[in-house]
Amino acid sequence: MADIPVPVEITAAVWKIEVEVGARVAAGDVLLILESMKMEIPVEAPRDGTIRSILAAEGDQVEEGQVVVVLEA
Amino acid sequence: MLGPVLIANRGEIACRIAATCRRLGLRSIAVFSDADAGAMHVAAADAAERIGPAPPRDSYLSIPAILAAARRSGARMVHPGYGFLSENAEFAEACTAAGLVFIGPPASAIRAMGGKAAAKAVARQAGVAAVPGYDGADQSPERLAAEAGGIGFPVMIKAFAGGGGRGMRRVEAAAGFPAALAAARREAAAFGDDRMLVEKLVGSARHIEVQVFADAHGTVLHLGERDCSLQRRNQKLVEESPAPGVDPALRAELGRRAVALARAVGYVGAGTVEFVADAAAPLAADRIWFIEMNTRLQVEHPVTEMVTGLDLVEWQLRVAAGEALPFRQDDLAPRGHAVEARLCAEDPARNFLPSPGTIAVLRMPAAGTGLRIDAGFRAGDVLTPYYDPLIAKLIAHAPTRDEALARLAAALDGVAAEGIRVNAAFLARVLRSEAMRAGGVDTHFLEGFRAREAA
Repeated sequence: MADIPVPVEITAAVWKIEVEVGARVAAGDVLLILESMKMEIPVEAPRDGTIRSILAAEGDQVEEGQVVVVLEA
Repeated sequence: MLGPVLIANRGEIACRIAATCRRLGLRSIAVFSDADAGAMHVAAADAAERIGPAPPRDSYLSIPAILAAARRSGARMVHPGYGFLSENAEFAEACTAAGLVFIGPPASAIRAMGGKAAAKAVARQAGVAAVPGYDGADQSPERLAAEAGGIGFPVMIKAFAGGGGRGMRRVEAAAGFPAALAAARREAAAFGDDRMLVEKLVGSARHIEVQVFADAHGTVLHLGERDCSLQRRNQKLVEESPAPGVDPALRAELGRRAVALARAVGYVGAGTVEFVADAAAPLAADRIWFIEMNTRLQVEHPVTEMVTGLDLVEWQLRVAAGEALPFRQDDLAPRGHAVEARLCAEDPARNFLPSPGTIAVLRMPAAGTGLRIDAGFRAGDVLTPYYDPLIAKLIAHAPTRDEALARLAAALDGVAAEGIRVNAAFLARVLRSEAMRAGGVDTHFLEGFRAREAA
């Protein structure tokens, strides 16, 4: 088991969080949806795993490269 | 003419409105959120008022904040630009109630064209063909499914009150209809209205729209059409006028329809009537259907200005001040060809991912004969995640379409940016592509072009 940090690829606001801690996800599942420059940008699970922690809340501003979810895989 | 003019917007459109105000000798007042205190549009106006924090709902979408800024500044007119409050009937009414002249149509016209089904009802009454479909009172799943069958699959299900793609589903065959309807209804419930309409899906479509202009004295004219089929995520990136394949007879017919719709809702000022055209065959009047009316100035209005020689913002101001349009329809035939490209902070190679950040370097070609540049940002400005990614519009005008495309592509070659990614090189390749030069591409072309480049 290893912790996989999931960073965002763009400076944005967190619009919606689609998962909860402990949830099982598959690679490609949408973890949260960002909003930047009037566009919705999904953040997807890089691989199968379990959500270990969520490091942002809806409405938060996040910076490019900031880790928002840690996946246990 | 009346003045001063409060410009309730930001970016390139606020700069562009301020430029016309200056030319006409009207004082202009910009508004700005905390994210925009040093923005180019603030410098472009004669004065500026702070309206609140960066999030749009607390600033550019706040009716009380905008009205307070108008009061403080002594404005007599309010230009809403596009987006934000430009199609908000309550805002138009609030301006009037505050003794301000709203530069746009009456609130009743905004409302009449505000919903998809309401607009289709207006079209039916005016005798203008809308996309074939059903938007009746019987909302039972059985009736909707039966209507879909009658229209013929594939169909689109759309919420009466939807927007931004929500409450909308494409359905390929009857078997998938009930589930798609239920899903679209669930999304639409968020708008407080779960009524649904069913429409024929035009598989390969072109987006063609007609600019209309009306004064308060009964004159309604059309200023020809624009082709806005080059889109990504249902947002336009390249627009041109005239539209390839539209001859004077078809232009007159589309113009007649657009004017009839504007008259039907008592329109005043600048507006745009949008049509969808079947792109699978040469353009024909009976394969072009009304979709909706935008009751405001459009982003792409400069291509119409280039081929008609008119300043649409000037005429918005004059009409709002009560002047009559001095033109006749015959005066307004297009001259030459104009093409616009939207320079955006985004990365086509990463599926058009937006690219907020500080513009470290921004090199633009020199505007001049046959090349217009409407910019909203300069080197040193910050593009924040709060607002859209449009940096500037480049518009080329030439005697022929081939020359206009070549001139615009060359202008885009002259764009360079550091600190953010821009779509200039991508758009130049699109403009030079064989399909684009042939003309008549459909609304899927641009995303397909990007996908082929990525492969």
